[in-house]
Amino acid sequence: MSISLSNICKSYKKVKAVQNISFDVNPGELFGLIGPDGAGKTTIFRILTTLLIPDEGTATVAGFDVVKDYKAIRKSVGYMPGRFSLYQDLTVEENLTFFATIFRTTIEENYDLIEDIYVQIEPFKDRRAGKLSGGMKQKLALCCALIHKPKVLFLDEPTTGVDPVSRKEFWEMLKRLQKKEITILVSTPYMDEAALCDRIALIQDGEILDIDTPEAIVSKFPKTIYNLGANNMYKLIQSLQSYEHKYSVFPFGEFVHYTDKRDSFEVANLISYLEKAGLTDISVEVGQPNIEDAFMELAK
Amino acid sequence: MKTIGYIIQKEFKQIFRNKGMLPIIFILPILQLVILSNAATYEVKNIKFAYIDYDHTSKSRALIEKFNASTYFDVLTDFPSQLKSSTAMLAGEVDVVLEIPNHFEQNLLKEKTSDLSITINAIDGAAAGVESGYVNQIVQSFNKDVKMFFMDTSKKAMQPLTIESIPSFWYNTTLNYKTFMVPGILVLLVSMITLFLSGMNIVREKEIGTLEQINVTPIRKSQFIIGKLFPFWIIGMGLLTVGLILAKIIFNVPMEGSLGLLYLFTSIYLLVILGMGLLISNFTDTQQQAMFIAWFFVVIFILMSGLFTPIESMPKWAQIITEFNPIKYFVEVVRMVLLKGSDFNDILPQLWKTLLYAIVMNGLAVWSYKKVN
Repeated sequence: MSISLSNICKSYKKVKAVQNISFDVNPGELFGLIGPDGAGKTTIFRILTTLLIPDEGTATVAGFDVVKDYKAIRKSVGYMPGRFSLYQDLTVEENLTFFATIFRTTIEENYDLIEDIYVQIEPFKDRRAGKLSGGMKQKLALCCALIHKPKVLFLDEPTTGVDPVSRKEFWEMLKRLQKKEITILVSTPYMDEAALCDRIALIQDGEILDIDTPEAIVSKFPKTIYNLGANNMYKLIQSLQSYEHKYSVFPFGEFVHYTDKRDSFEVANLISYLEKAGLTDISVEVGQPNIEDAFMELAK
Repeated sequence: MKTIGYIIQKEFKQIFRNKGMLPIIFILPILQLVILSNAATYEVKNIKFAYIDYDHTSKSRALIEKFNASTYFDVLTDFPSQLKSSTAMLAGEVDVVLEIPNHFEQNLLKEKTSDLSITINAIDGAAAGVESGYVNQIVQSFNKDVKMFFMDTSKKAMQPLTIESIPSFWYNTTLNYKTFMVPGILVLLVSMITLFLSGMNIVREKEIGTLEQINVTPIRKSQFIIGKLFPFWIIGMGLLTVGLILAKIIFNVPMEGSLGLLYLFTSIYLLVILGMGLLISNFTDTQQQAMFIAWFFVVIFILMSGLFTPIESMPKWAQIITEFNPIKYFVEVVRMVLLKGSDFNDILPQLWKTLLYAIVMNGLAVWSYKKVN
């Protein structure tokens, strides 16, 4: 196991941040921690990166215990905190050299690992890190976390506040890193990114709801999803909410994801109900559930 | 070693890139040294002096003439009555009022004694004390003249022996206050700047989040701390050098002792200050908090350092507290070495205490610095 947690608990005074967290990450896996803000993702990261001592339970990273062998862990992991935390007043190259030096290595030694990321920011290597765009900052932070060829890479919400194009690029980079036998633990509040992981853990209020591959989690979804559309979105949601047979109603882009309490029902009944409510241009089709639907179902 | 070297290099780059910081480090202290040294004087000059002369005789005029001749007093006006003078003092127009009673000369002649009334505005206690001293000096000297005047020539031969003391001020013959203020203010600047900078420095890394990133690296506590604090040790030494040069050029402060000895003491003293800065940053989360705590200690240390008020005049308990004040030792050593030319053996007690202080401070600071919480 590359990362292994068993019954990890941590409280801040009276607030229980995480409770009984257990999961394993296989070597070379891209594992996602998916959950809303405040779910406890950062606490798990801080425990695994030896910044926080758990109240209960044990955890190992790359075979080392997070409490006893913390020194060995610090040598063999890369950590990219959620907040941009490089020196804003140092240039791109100086930041990278700094981290290479404190890991007792050089940029040249592990250049092959960061090459395809670094070439994108190399034109700006003399620019101060504080003057970079958000996407560029993330790339630099990733380079700094990789410069010592870590066995395990921890990325805490790496794409929060990053534009969609840069987010897509970032995930492509992670996929390439995975091929270089680096285990990656990544957290994100974005459900669409979950589908890009090998396995995910859905977490809420410090507890794990489910751990599986994204496909398996979606396939466990018990209901049939209907994508509903109409001329007035707000009224559609209101009408569905007050429909006696509704199970769940979630707006989802231009459609509303609707599930029914009954195992089988006539779509025509629903349409006539909505028409009676004064809605027109009603469209109904059977849709595919996604991670977000699964999360909402589990979090109920 | 390579790691420490790189951190130091990085730290210097950051200091010199911070355009707001550079003037604070070098220009402001120089300004302060020049301004404070010229302003912080114990001498009270231009005292606003007024008198009420009910006597109007040659003797009373002679006394007033003595005040007129003094460089400390500006004889402003005479008041016809005490009521007028009280109103003027209430309005802050005069500081000292001398009242010469009726029959002043007559009493001196007949009774060989007479009274004078002096009223001093004591809103500033220190100034009032100094003013009272000046007034006494003038009245004493007037007394002597009067004695000589009234004495018969025959009695002059058998006048009683009087003992007159003429003080000789060693190590500062002219009692030039700048000679002892400038070294003291130099101490103040070196201590303040290095304490503030070092105290805020590590907190800053906490604030911007880089400390978290640094903590997940194999860097050792000692490497990081030395790398972070060494640049401020250098800056402290630099400040001392700049200050000494200015003290020589502008104020012509005597430098009797060995400057090497002064640098040796400063090098140890700075360790105390840096350890204190590190300790402060360990217990604070923001630069603002660090700044406030540093201020708190600096103000106490400065006021109790013997720089502005002599330690000998403090109550016993306060004197005991000053034993724990590193600035006190530095002030003592700077004055001893520069003015008196003290050698290594003379400053040994201060050196030992400071060294012990440095060890305790840095021990505490390193012990309380945690990479994990």
